[in-house]
Amino acid sequence: MRKSIRYCAICTILFSIIILSGCATPAGKAFETNESQVKLRSMQTRAFDTTDKKKMMQTVISTMQDLDFVIDKADFMLGSVTGSKFLGQAVVAMTVIVRPRGEKQLLVRANAQYGIKSVEDPATYQDFFTSLEKAIFLTAQQVD
Amino acid sequence: MKNVSFRLRSFVIALLCLSTIGCASVPKGFLKPSESYLENRQLQIRQYDTTDDKQIITAVAGVLQDLNFTLDDSETEVGFVAASKKADATSKGQVAGAVLLDILGALGGSYSNNTARCDKSQVIKASVITKPSLEGKKIVVRVTFQRIVWNMSNQINRIETIKDPVVYQKFYDALSKAIFLEAQKI
Repeated sequence: MRKSIRYCAICTILFSIIILSGCATPAGKAFETNESQVKLRSMQTRAFDTTDKKKMMQTVISTMQDLDFVIDKADFMLGSVTGSKFLGQAVVAMTVIVRPRGEKQLLVRANAQYGIKSVEDPATYQDFFTSLEKAIFLTAQQVD
Repeated sequence: MKNVSFRLRSFVIALLCLSTIGCASVPKGFLKPSESYLENRQLQIRQYDTTDDKQIITAVAGVLQDLNFTLDDSETEVGFVAASKKADATSKGQVAGAVLLDILGALGGSYSNNTARCDKSQVIKASVITKPSLEGKKIVVRVTFQRIVWNMSNQINRIETIKDPVVYQKFYDALSKAIFLEAQKI
């Protein structure tokens, strides 16, 4: 019986360590990502065979609007579009940047945040690019 | 003895369950179009028989001013204007209900402060995009509204995308009027 009490005590201590250390984040952690830089870029970026930046940006905007985002900011020179959407009590923020790649292509990169968490799930980004592909009638090509 | 080991096991399992729900995780599939996205399009989009996108975006800025919005950001190159306005969000019914609940609570001997949780103020964000239609003969305007509501103790009560057709109808009625007025140079 004594043994089991000790066992319980150890479990409780381990549990509190996990709980207390799990969510604590010092300032430097804000710059850390779970995925490698290369992997992140590849899941967030697609290339399209077009050079019409304006049309691409407008399509990105309408795709985001179809996904319930409200556009907060846009800049043509930078090719950036930022929007936010409310999901229950959480805010999803997303920035998409359109920039030329070589002579014949445009690169589209999206990154999203869910509340205070960065979205690092390839399937979520794939959903966005699938919608974008349909809207612009072009194939999104994976970039190495 | 068997009973003790069973208890131990359930204790450990309970702890493990608790530790996994500690941090909320990011849900999947939130970048997929919802089932109602075609309905939303109908609500939010109107087309105008003109190819003059400058005229339309100037009219949009004018309408936002008419509705007392202040412009936050714009990029006319892609036909984008964002604006916001602060407004009152108190509803007499809600406050009356909360006060009644508080009084009942007080009579019953318990402290409650439902009044502090009533809506007080709100910020409405509007974002408008104008672009040429696919065949290029019309200008498509799409507006989306969001609102953030604060309660009496200045906490955020709720955040939501506005889906009320009346709001959109009001905006487009005003826009049609503004386009007419601007064509008449008023």
